Amino acid sequence: MNYEELIKETALADERLVVMTAENRALIRNLPAVLGPRFIDTGITEQTLIGAAAGLALRGRVPVVHALATFLTLRAFEFIRTDVGIGQLPVKLSGFVPGFLSDGNGPTHQAIEDVSLMRGIPGMTVFAPADEQDMLAMLPAIWASPAPAYVRINTRPATYEHAPFEMGKAEIVAEGTDITILTYGMLFEQTLVARELLQAQGKSVGLINLRSLKPIDEAALLDVVRRGSLIVTVEDHFITGGLYSILAEVLLRNQLTARVLPLALEERWYRPGRLSAVLEYEGFTGHHIARRISEFLGESGAAIAEGPAVLENQFAE
Amino acid sequence: MTDQKRQELEALALRVREHIVRLSTDGGCFTGASLSCADLLVYLYADCLNVRPDNLQDPTRDYLFLSKGHDVPALYGTFVELGFIDKARLDQHLSTNDHIYWHPNRNVPGVEFHSGSLGHLPSVALGVAMDCRMRGQDNKVIVITGDGELNEGTVWESLLVASAHKVNNLTLVVDRNHFQANVATEDLIPLEPLAPKFEAFGCEVRRIDGHDFKALEEAFSALPFSDTKPSVIICDTVRGRGLPSIEARADRWFCNFSAEEVEELLRELHSQVATTLTSETLTVR
Repeated sequence: MNYEELIKETALADERLVVMTAENRALIRNLPAVLGPRFIDTGITEQTLIGAAAGLALRGRVPVVHALATFLTLRAFEFIRTDVGIGQLPVKLSGFVPGFLSDGNGPTHQAIEDVSLMRGIPGMTVFAPADEQDMLAMLPAIWASPAPAYVRINTRPATYEHAPFEMGKAEIVAEGTDITILTYGMLFEQTLVARELLQAQGKSVGLINLRSLKPIDEAALLDVVRRGSLIVTVEDHFITGGLYSILAEVLLRNQLTARVLPLALEERWYRPGRLSAVLEYEGFTGHHIARRISEFLGESGAAIAEGPAVLENQFAE
Repeated sequence: MTDQKRQELEALALRVREHIVRLSTDGGCFTGASLSCADLLVYLYADCLNVRPDNLQDPTRDYLFLSKGHDVPALYGTFVELGFIDKARLDQHLSTNDHIYWHPNRNVPGVEFHSGSLGHLPSVALGVAMDCRMRGQDNKVIVITGDGELNEGTVWESLLVASAHKVNNLTLVVDRNHFQANVATEDLIPLEPLAPKFEAFGCEVRRIDGHDFKALEEAFSALPFSDTKPSVIICDTVRGRGLPSIEARADRWFCNFSAEEVEELLRELHSQVATTLTSETLTVR
């Protein structure tokens, strides 16, 4: 099963589902022939795409719309906020190549404020699957929900066997007493590596795959805070408005504080290149994440830099 | 159209204009922009579209989307006169006890979708028209834009897409009152020649006097103009129509008159004697 097969299966079972795109067909090339008029390509028109999706939703359809995450959430932001948001319409936004997945495109294409923008819209839900398996597990629930939704599309192959998806629940991969890593999206794969490296140094390291940024699994976050470990947020997003901000909001709302290390993009766009090169340059490979955490704890990162290349040989460009 | 029908519509439009004038105080409203499309809305709701208070949930009804949302006083007045909403709701204008404010919202029966941000509803109407067609229904889907609103690129983007997809059940109507918020359109972003622009975007276009009920009937009863193209009707209108003292004035877009001026303007509506206005001219943009 892949994204296209899932959407095809869902659309054939539910005539409300309409597939729309602003000429981004990478994952849905075979659908026009299958869906006929229920496949609508508006051309390179993200705003009209969203307005028309709102119109279709007014008529009882559930439009699943596709565009590059950056143009979808930025160019069409006001249409999403005003037509889909105020209208509280079940329009499902599939954003392609979010975060680091836009690798070589350059800053014009870097959707690294998308979580911040989308979660600021009342009623909007926001999801960031760790990989293809994680994504396919969550999409049926997202499409079946009456809420508008934004999904950071991620088709990278899974390097981890995920637990079943539950709306609003994070996936607790491991609990730890020294460090807990919170992450979402494609960096999950790297945090798995980082966790192994830190465990090899004798640390007890927890790892949580948030899956859903809105609704956020507040109970899971509060559990981690109560455990008293160092919390590390890891995200391919600006530091403003993403997971670090969400955690800060949860902490303040509960009148709590915690020791937190944010690993995110601070006040700049990332250096474009091949995905592995971007992760290396920006310090987001598993090794770099582990090293940055060690250094934050006042320890030398050298041991980690020289450590075994756990899982790295499995990295898919 | 019979003369009797025309007179009925004119009488109805006069009552709608009275509502607009009465809403133009105690906080005010977009008076000039509302008066220019009053005849258009009266014609569409009273004599053209298959939409009534008792069929608002019927998916085969005709749809009207008011993209130039600031002329909603004309819509409120029309809805009161045709029984969509209770007249008492207009007393709640700008009160937080109701949802009667400067732009349309769906808490008002008959309003198909909220608007206010210009250039949005052509695309929303496009989606609705596409769905009607997909289901084999022949509903009319009308979207009314202002002429200043044509500055917005998304109007043209939507027409490009509608034209590409041959959405011939979509009709875009322009309330061509020749003014945008503060100045005449031709002094800021000239639109003329307008009809050829729409034609170049793949639409079938007619241009009429938007205050002439017979001309409105002639144009709208000919819809759709084409089997393959979206239709466009440019309605030439006068901003402030019906009140000579504010007609075609750039500074009478949004008005907040005194209670005395409202009474005088209501007399002017009936007698056509211009009112001397002393209230401060407002610009909100």
